[in-house]
Amino acid sequence: MSLLISMLSYPFITRAFVVGALVSLCAALLGVPLVLKRYSMIGDGLSHVSFGALAVALACGFAPLWFSIPVVMLAAFLLLHIAERSRVGADAAIAVLSASALAIGVIVTSLTTGMTTDVDSYMFGSILAMSRSDVALSVTLAGAVLILFVAFYHQLFAVTFDESFSRATGVKVGTYKTLLSLLTALTVVLGMRMMGALLISSLVIFPALSAMRVFKRFRSVVLFAGALAVVCFCLGLIGSYLLSTPVGATVVLCDLAAFLVCAAVGRL
Amino acid sequence: MTEGKLLLACRDVSLGYEHKPLLEHLDFTVRSGDYVAVLGENGSGKSTLLKSLLGLTPPLAGSIDRSAQRAGQLGYLPQQTPAQRDFPATAEEVVLSGFLNRRGLHLTYTGAERSAALMHMGKLGILELRDKCYRELSGGQQQRVLLCRALCAANELLILDEPVTGLDPAASQDLYKTLRYLHDREGMAILMVTHDVTAALREATTILHIGQKRWFCGTVAEYLRDESGRRFARR
Repeated sequence: MSLLISMLSYPFITRAFVVGALVSLCAALLGVPLVLKRYSMIGDGLSHVSFGALAVALACGFAPLWFSIPVVMLAAFLLLHIAERSRVGADAAIAVLSASALAIGVIVTSLTTGMTTDVDSYMFGSILAMSRSDVALSVTLAGAVLILFVAFYHQLFAVTFDESFSRATGVKVGTYKTLLSLLTALTVVLGMRMMGALLISSLVIFPALSAMRVFKRFRSVVLFAGALAVVCFCLGLIGSYLLSTPVGATVVLCDLAAFLVCAAVGRL
Repeated sequence: MTEGKLLLACRDVSLGYEHKPLLEHLDFTVRSGDYVAVLGENGSGKSTLLKSLLGLTPPLAGSIDRSAQRAGQLGYLPQQTPAQRDFPATAEEVVLSGFLNRRGLHLTYTGAERSAALMHMGKLGILELRDKCYRELSGGQQQRVLLCRALCAANELLILDEPVTGLDPAASQDLYKTLRYLHDREGMAILMVTHDVTAALREATTILHIGQKRWFCGTVAEYLRDESGRRFARR
């Protein structure tokens, strides 16, 4: 308890707790349909796009979040819609997009500022990345993600389970897929500041996978994934404070441990 | 034959890919009380026809009247995808999702919807599976769950895509029995795309055969007298 109090006496840690827990929750909720639709790598692809966008924003002096959010939303939209219609499969489309965005980001950075700590923190995440205005924006956006997810929960379930049935019976599948991709894009942009481009996809994938090992009801899977993600994030943040390790990597290891426990429980 | 309510009608429809029609001048209707089996070789355009009937791809020419779909009276039993087979959801959750097309923005299902779902599950003999996980059900049980979901979406017309694919003979027979019950007792019109010629001839009242550039639509007896039927059914 005294540990928590001493941690929370640093304003930047408090900010990290608030934003991180919210982003973890959003990522885990969205992760369930994404993993089930075999779009696990979409978080990873989008985080690289986000990295590229941030590098460009830094080089040109744009506000990082305001520039990268629309870019990543566009990328997410393209990935979910065009990938399945073109001859390139979704996995290949994600790989192409993420490698290209990463390359653009690195080139732009090396031509302008050079590899600074800013860029490094976008790759591996930094607890210091959150400014006060970032927190306000993150909380607002995370709130929007949560509200939309709850409001369209049944539709998202139906579209995830069976797109062709939904489409045939007149559910607007395209709208909900767009919604899913936009919410994912928002979450990834918000989360990568702290988790880093290389690790954000774990926030999307791990909680969903862990919950699926244990639960059989979709609603339970979603709820447990959300709760587990928040717990793992908090444990990871405390762990990183105690061990002076990077936050992103510590949270991922907590998620991995939780996954192993869930896998063991699921086998019983 | 008494004329039932018009549910689905193709008028002078051509189907196929760009500039390459598979099938031309197709005319047929599905009315309430019909049980139509769609037969044809692989690549003859069965799945393209199905997509057009469901409004997923527009026909090359002609018009398709989908009154039943517009009125929210159409249920569809698609072929299963590999991702579905290990989906973490209970049978009841899957069945309830059939109601989504008929509702606006509600955060939960209504009591009426829940009891209708349970009633449909009872009719199809899967009520005791309601809390079972979809991925733990047998192929035949999964198919019944999906059929039940289709019933929640429909009260007039069911469209089935190869409903017995992957089922063992006993499960297939059970499914046909269920469809017969839904047709005879519940008054559902059925349109079923199938490879199973024997079952189609036994169960359906109308056969729609589509083949290379020609098609046939008529009763089973007419089909057996027709050239395409003689060739196809005698194998």
